[in-house]
Amino acid sequence: MKIILKHLTKIFLSRHKKNEYVTAVDDFDFEIPDGKLIGLLGPSGCGKSTTLNLICGLEEPTEGRIFFDDVDVTDLAPEDRGVGMVFQNYALYPHLSVRANISFPLENLRGKDKLSKEEIEKRAFEVAKLVQIEQLMDRKPNELSGGQQQRVAIARALVKTPGVLLLDEPLSNLDARLRLQTREQIRRIQKETGVTTIFVTHDQEEAMSISDLIVVMKEGKLMQMGVPQSVYNEPVNLFVAKFLGTPAINVFDGYVKDKKVYIGDDYIMDKDIEDQDVYVAIRPEGFIPKKNGRFHCRFDRIEIMGRDTSIVCHHDKCISDEDIRTIVDSDIKIYHDDNMIAFDLKENKTHIFSKKDEKVL
Amino acid sequence: MNSKNNLKGWLYLLPALIFLGVFMVYPLIDVLIYSIEEGYNFASQTYSGVGIYNYSYVLHDPYFLQALKNTFILVIITVPLSTGIALLISLALNRSGRFKELFQTIFFLPYVTNTLAVGLVFMILFKKTAYSEGLINLLLNTLGMKSVDFIEGPYWAKMFVLCFYTIWVVLPFKILILTSALASVNQDYYNVAKVDGTRKWRIFTRITLPMISPSLFYLIITGFIGAFKAYSDVVALFGTDLNAAGMNTIVGYVYDMLYGNSGGYPSFASAAALILFAIVLTITVINLLVSKKNVYYN
Repeated sequence: MKIILKHLTKIFLSRHKKNEYVTAVDDFDFEIPDGKLIGLLGPSGCGKSTTLNLICGLEEPTEGRIFFDDVDVTDLAPEDRGVGMVFQNYALYPHLSVRANISFPLENLRGKDKLSKEEIEKRAFEVAKLVQIEQLMDRKPNELSGGQQQRVAIARALVKTPGVLLLDEPLSNLDARLRLQTREQIRRIQKETGVTTIFVTHDQEEAMSISDLIVVMKEGKLMQMGVPQSVYNEPVNLFVAKFLGTPAINVFDGYVKDKKVYIGDDYIMDKDIEDQDVYVAIRPEGFIPKKNGRFHCRFDRIEIMGRDTSIVCHHDKCISDEDIRTIVDSDIKIYHDDNMIAFDLKENKTHIFSKKDEKVL
Repeated sequence: MNSKNNLKGWLYLLPALIFLGVFMVYPLIDVLIYSIEEGYNFASQTYSGVGIYNYSYVLHDPYFLQALKNTFILVIITVPLSTGIALLISLALNRSGRFKELFQTIFFLPYVTNTLAVGLVFMILFKKTAYSEGLINLLLNTLGMKSVDFIEGPYWAKMFVLCFYTIWVVLPFKILILTSALASVNQDYYNVAKVDGTRKWRIFTRITLPMISPSLFYLIITGFIGAFKAYSDVVALFGTDLNAAGMNTIVGYVYDMLYGNSGGYPSFASAAALILFAIVLTITVINLLVSKKNVYYN
């Protein structure tokens, strides 16, 4: 099912101050294609969960409309929208067995949709098999591991075969190893069912690794939407550039003079724009150590972490962090003297942003 | 664990053990002994034999049977009603967004109000005096009904006042417990249920009730025990000569047997007290058995 958001806006009354308003979602206007896995990404408090609640109907938008395919669902109650939702803490009913938890939504059906006991049992088992928990049907939620609970929650959300599956921070309550496993599971389940899935996360790695599309948000505003790799490679503004990627992108104070970009005295690259001060952002993998390279930094140390070799150095114009982090090919011979190291830069890993509005130039 | 540590442990327990021993265990044993001493004489502190005559006497005493009946009626009416009403009020309170705190305070006021003041209020409501019919009777009159003497009149009227009073007195505490239990249910359960299209009644029976079942169960058990122990409220309403009023309770009977006008029979009193103990124990065990199936502890 395709999801279309039209000028979606949600304004809350501030919890802390009277008569003050907080815009959680600000004029969202985009389309989510059918059958894709979409990662809604942004720092905490940026309105991701509110967006999810708006789509599933737990919150009413202040303005704007929501369409599922061609149907305007803005005024429909959650249960009439055909969505499945998985909450951050899973919200499994603790007093019910896994089987009862999964069957719960089916037992709600009344009238012509009412299912027989056998049918409910059959469907619950099918979906349990899909998420690979069919052998745990008689357990109670507190007898399951975090990952298993997560899968029960997904099974419960999927049992009514919804057109849209919504996951709120699905992996944040799991430990690192389980997180990796579970995110593959989510990917697999989504592929097998083909259900349009939106998941919320503040972890860019998580979003990048399994999404077909990512939507980057900041303070209720849509920053950029696209295929993960393109968002990473072509950030439209400084925020997106900084938010994606580990180690984070290195940002420098720079300037453009005669269509050439400089950091300090070092020429970086050509750029056909007017003379002005700019931010120069360079991905860690954009540095190539070279004896006569054009960009000079103060050398600090080399860190070797498994397959990655990282050169840590400093530069007075660097404003993102005290350390500049680079990731270089471990086969390259690294020349440096006690104080200085020189790099060549990959131009496609170097991004120039306006100082005025932080947009890409 | 070595013996030295054991000794230390007992030492720490000693204050509590002494206290419990002197004020709880010894009297309990004493009551048991009294209850089987036949023909006990209070003045000479002698008895003629040992047996179950005291129990048999008490169980055949019409005053005791009346007290038993009164207590059971009181328990059966007030425990479910007060718990149910408290639950309804708590559910409403949980919903009333803006005035929640105000209403919570109002409903809790009776709990901190002086018993004498409460008694006075009930007197104004129900008592028929030379000067006034009582507020309730005035109300009945305006509805075209005859006045009823609630305090010295027919049995059902007196029982009504007693039940009404008991429910009213225990309500604030139950509301307090239940509102906090309801508030502690994770909102996400309701959100999930909403997304799944669960109807309100089903949300209530399948989610809310199981989630607050420990509190509910606690209230039912303490409610039963509290109602079986009813005495002071009855005295406040109907005076001390409860046998004459036909409104005695088991605890009242025990007290009368000890210190009442016809008192001085600690053996009968002890037997009655132990019968009450047996009843409360049975009901609590039944409660526990029922709860095992239906109460969910996190």
